[in-house]
Amino acid sequence: MSSSIWNDATASRRAVLQGIAVVAVVGFTGIRFGVTEAFAAVNDKYPEDAFKQKSEADAIKSLYGKTAEKSDKVKLDAPEIAENGAVVPVSVSSSLPDVTSIAILVTENPNTLAAAYRILPGTAASVSNRLKMAKTSNVIAVVEAGGKLYSATKEVKVTVGGCGGSNKE
Amino acid sequence: MASTIRVRATASGDSTEVQALIQHPMDSGFVKNAKGELIPPHYIQQVTIEHGGKPVFVADWGPAVSKDPYLKFAFKGGKKGDDLKVSWTDNKGASDTLTAKIQ
Repeated sequence: MSSSIWNDATASRRAVLQGIAVVAVVGFTGIRFGVTEAFAAVNDKYPEDAFKQKSEADAIKSLYGKTAEKSDKVKLDAPEIAENGAVVPVSVSSSLPDVTSIAILVTENPNTLAAAYRILPGTAASVSNRLKMAKTSNVIAVVEAGGKLYSATKEVKVTVGGCGGSNKE
Repeated sequence: MASTIRVRATASGDSTEVQALIQHPMDSGFVKNAKGELIPPHYIQQVTIEHGGKPVFVADWGPAVSKDPYLKFAFKGGKKGDDLKVSWTDNKGASDTLTAKIQ
């Protein structure tokens, strides 16, 4: 009898230790990989390369593997003059059917691609965000719809120094 | 600690409008500090918004997104009282998650 209790005790202790070991391993890998892997499982990976491209053509190619054509069905809303280049409100929407992705590029920034959005089924083809702009630049909105790329461009003037007025007409 | 994420999701009819505000420095890696040293890049790379366990919207961000980023979009199928899960990860591996109720 006493031996069986002893065995039970060691068995349960071993189980506890194994449990701790498993938790530790899962915990660490969870921190290292779990988060990114979980995202990768439901979605595509973060497009690291596309965000490193210096020109808008390279960024679009890296992100989508094709080129965009101009379309008046892509609506790009950005100010004519941005007094503060650190916070430029930009909205993109489209009346095209089957929109799967929206990307926003700022051509004069060190890396042109600013943001890329995946529009999943049931989600409206419209997004608003705030971007940083190094200087006066073209802002390009790219919309992927039905497997094709469409774009719209608008120039946004950034007044230097953030004090406003100096470059205003 | 208070969450870095603030969300307002409002259902009207079939559509749910989501506005999210995240507290994050979004350092681009091009800006110098007072001593003239470059501040290393530190920015959110991905934001995922899930409804009913399924992602409805995924944002991939570069360092050109403004500090304390703001996001607005709308999706179909959400109802008042539903859970909406917002999570982000940055280039240093940090992350945060918040579950909000649709109003």
